[in-house]
Amino acid sequence: MPETVDIRVDGRRVAVPRGITVAAVLVSLGHVSFRTSVSGQPRGPLCAMGICFECRVTIGGAPHQRACMTLCWPGMEVVTGG
Amino acid sequence: MAEALHADVAVVGAGPAGIAAACRAAESGAKTVLVDDGLAPGGQIHRHLPGEEPPPKARPWLKRLFRSGTRIVTAAAIFDAEGGGEGWLLRVLKGESALLVRSRCLVLATGARELFLPFPGWTLPGVTGPGAVQALVKSGADLRGRTAVVAGSGPLLLAAAAALAKAGVRVALVAEQAEWRSLVGFAGALLRTPAKIFEAWRDRLAFAGATYRTGFWVKAAGGTSRIERAHVTDGRRKLEVACDLLCVGYGLVPNLELPRLTGCALGPGHLGVSVTDRQETSIAGVFAAGEVCGVAGAEAAVAEGEIAGLAASGALRSGDPEARRLFAARASARRFGAALAAAFRLRHEVLALAAPDTIVCRCEDVSLSRLGSAASMREAKLQTRCGMGPCQGRVCSAALEALRGFAPDSVRPPLFPVPLEALASMEEKA
Repeated sequence: MPETVDIRVDGRRVAVPRGITVAAVLVSLGHVSFRTSVSGQPRGPLCAMGICFECRVTIGGAPHQRACMTLCWPGMEVVTGG
Repeated sequence: MAEALHADVAVVGAGPAGIAAACRAAESGAKTVLVDDGLAPGGQIHRHLPGEEPPPKARPWLKRLFRSGTRIVTAAAIFDAEGGGEGWLLRVLKGESALLVRSRCLVLATGARELFLPFPGWTLPGVTGPGAVQALVKSGADLRGRTAVVAGSGPLLLAAAAALAKAGVRVALVAEQAEWRSLVGFAGALLRTPAKIFEAWRDRLAFAGATYRTGFWVKAAGGTSRIERAHVTDGRRKLEVACDLLCVGYGLVPNLELPRLTGCALGPGHLGVSVTDRQETSIAGVFAAGEVCGVAGAEAAVAEGEIAGLAASGALRSGDPEARRLFAARASARRFGAALAAAFRLRHEVLALAAPDTIVCRCEDVSLSRLGSAASMREAKLQTRCGMGPCQGRVCSAALEALRGFAPDSVRPPLFPVPLEALASMEEKA
């Protein structure tokens, strides 16, 4: 898929294939930790199909979005570690 | 104000069962709506990138679906259902806004999810399910050059290992908890359906180079802030395998939240929704098809979906050759499901891996020891918040049912976390 869109991940600009999910981008970039758990542990995706809510990130300012269920859109701002 | 769709038949879930049901209902003349939370129809098995060719097996069905006149609503999560008598009302979250679906009948084809059993280190980033890593690859993830250990139980391990190998991942080990003799028995049962044998072997060939060990399981994951190694055992020998992906899952469990909310009775052991020959549940006008009726694979799902779609649209004629063909296909596929469950039955060791400080509820970080003497899911919730986080117990409740025999707690709306603005906009447009 040659066509790409530009998004920002933790402030860093990244060109990603159109039609890719946020979770797929983060995993590809080597992010294993997506969020911080209620007791302060790093967590990443477990189920990758919308069930476990472990891949929550902030997307376009909206917190607790499931990265595995969200497609990248041009100009998307993704913040991990929340 | 929320938009409302009106239909004769509302099908929930666009995997093989839901697609087959929608096709049959719409082709029989019923006004049909198909709702799915995924980004494109196909379900987990036929997941593909939007804009990319779907997998070959999915193409004829997707083509048929697009021609059937079914109204397809994707990226839409159903968080409430209400009904009886006059029909059903589904409350749906689509993006940020609410959508209502009114229908005469429901076909529930909500599929299944992976069963995760807690073990020390399973919350480390980089530990996923085998199905999860497949989903990530199918969603476009680039994992080239990484090293994976795939473990747990079921044919999904082989499929995941094959998908990883194809994606350029080195698969260091595939550890199946079931014993070899149990799998040989399974292969024997499969000889009646040779297509499946072929698939299994194709998968095995694709990841040639990886070791497939039976009677082995992961007892712990090691690493400081991410997965670094898997500790694997057969109860006597101990292996330590370095990896940066550890994929552990113990087969599938049906997604029963929506069926239980609508009041459908479950079969023995909560292994699925109980249905009649026509795929009708204990609630008149509510049908169920596929893995939600018990895990048996895509062929059972398609046959049951077709039957449910015909029945829901009033077009099922039990004596017709077509119906008899579908009943026979369902019976044969269900035999496969029963053989599968027997062959991959969980050994007691994998139900006792969690240590006192192992987290059981990953949303609320509740450890096994904090559950104390809680005797039910309800008690666990009240005493520790176990199961009360965003996943609403979807992960820990299934685990605790396996570990402690806890029956799942009652299901209440909303089935998913929903923004207040969406709830507030639930009023129907005139």
